[in-house]
Amino acid sequence: MKSNYDILVVGGGPAGALAAKTAAEAGHSVCLIEKRPAIGTPVRCAEGIGKELLKEFIEPDERWISADLQRARIIAPNGATISLDQSRAGNEVGYILDRKVFDRELVWRAAEAGSDVFVKTRAVAPIMENGAVKGAKVISAGKAMDVSADLVIAADGVESKFARWAGLNTTVPLGEMMSCVQYLMTDIPIDPVSTDFYLGREIAPEGYLWVFPKGDRTANVGIGISGRQSRDGTRARDYLDRFVAEHFPGGKIIEHIVGGVSICRPLPCTVADGLMVAGDAARVVDPITGGGIFNAMFTGRMAGQVGSECVSAGTCTKDALMKYDEAWRASYMGKTLERNYKVKDYFITLDDAKLNDLAGSLANINMEEFKVSTLIMELIKRNPKMLLELRALKNSIA
Amino acid sequence: MLTINRDICGYCGCCVAVCPEGALELIDAYLNLEGDCISCGICARACPLGALEVVHEE
Repeated sequence: MKSNYDILVVGGGPAGALAAKTAAEAGHSVCLIEKRPAIGTPVRCAEGIGKELLKEFIEPDERWISADLQRARIIAPNGATISLDQSRAGNEVGYILDRKVFDRELVWRAAEAGSDVFVKTRAVAPIMENGAVKGAKVISAGKAMDVSADLVIAADGVESKFARWAGLNTTVPLGEMMSCVQYLMTDIPIDPVSTDFYLGREIAPEGYLWVFPKGDRTANVGIGISGRQSRDGTRARDYLDRFVAEHFPGGKIIEHIVGGVSICRPLPCTVADGLMVAGDAARVVDPITGGGIFNAMFTGRMAGQVGSECVSAGTCTKDALMKYDEAWRASYMGKTLERNYKVKDYFITLDDAKLNDLAGSLANINMEEFKVSTLIMELIKRNPKMLLELRALKNSIA
Repeated sequence: MLTINRDICGYCGCCVAVCPEGALELIDAYLNLEGDCISCGICARACPLGALEVVHEE
């Protein structure tokens, strides 16, 4: 590892990989460090992504696609099912990836573009000069060293520490941290081309439970519940075990992973002098679905683009880097995050009876295209009992 | 004081992200108490597996 780079990327997930690839393609010297011994493991993800969203970054490849989906199903607490086929479900229908292979592919492409890559290498502190980030102190396979850089891109995931060390408050409120557990299960009866979302306070309070296929009789079976609903006896794993015992009693668990998903608003500011924050570290996960792969790649690539421009211009001040913060917020992705945050805030207030009512009213509608705005309009038309609160929701996202 | 049961911990990072004091850190996928823990218990609430516990001394 050299001691000086133009850009240092902390974290080898999709955000870090796209940032490193983009910056390297722009001709800069780039170093990507990943604290784990292998890119892509352990997986902490349900691995779903919309088809069109994925294609914005990379052509689909069967080497890292576990399932090609045709429909999504939302299952209400009373079992009523809303089935959304490919033509209606938009980005909710897509692929289930094999992140172990997919993440490696992204980092491989960053390396191919010229970025240096070091695994088992963690940042332990930023190097600060006059309040600006100028690199990081790292430990690489046990060896401590300083790596200076004109710019650091922090893409160190939900447990991000780098941005916090540099002075940004990245703390996720307990109620907006989804506490998640997932089993990779095999030998279970599933629809291999459908993602299933189970709703309800008895099933997953302030969250949902998912069954995402990974093959004919194999699926990611996982759950996310709000941190404020989690306590002894009612932790995410307790709910998941109950569901699995009921629905997949003969299934075999071949992987057991846990993870945290933030569903708060993004960081108030994702740049500082010499620093950009991308992906889960920037809290750009979709607050409704908890999906974050696309948003990570989107912000990672944008950080790489703007960061490269600033390095070329010789100024990586907060003011110069603000173009990144403003651009992703103004993008379709940024606006969707803000709108979905408001929708999420409404939906977590619903009890099971209201969820059943809403699901019942949606069961037979035929939307030309499944959009959140269209969904709200349909709900208003079909739920006069909930007119006032739904209208308030519509106004809040208008 | 905070106790970490490493036999249960899944190294997911939930606790790190919610800790208001930045007291926890994942190092090489291994959870460590790094900074000043105020024993608020937020991390223990967030943990999906129940690996963290705040033990109040008598």
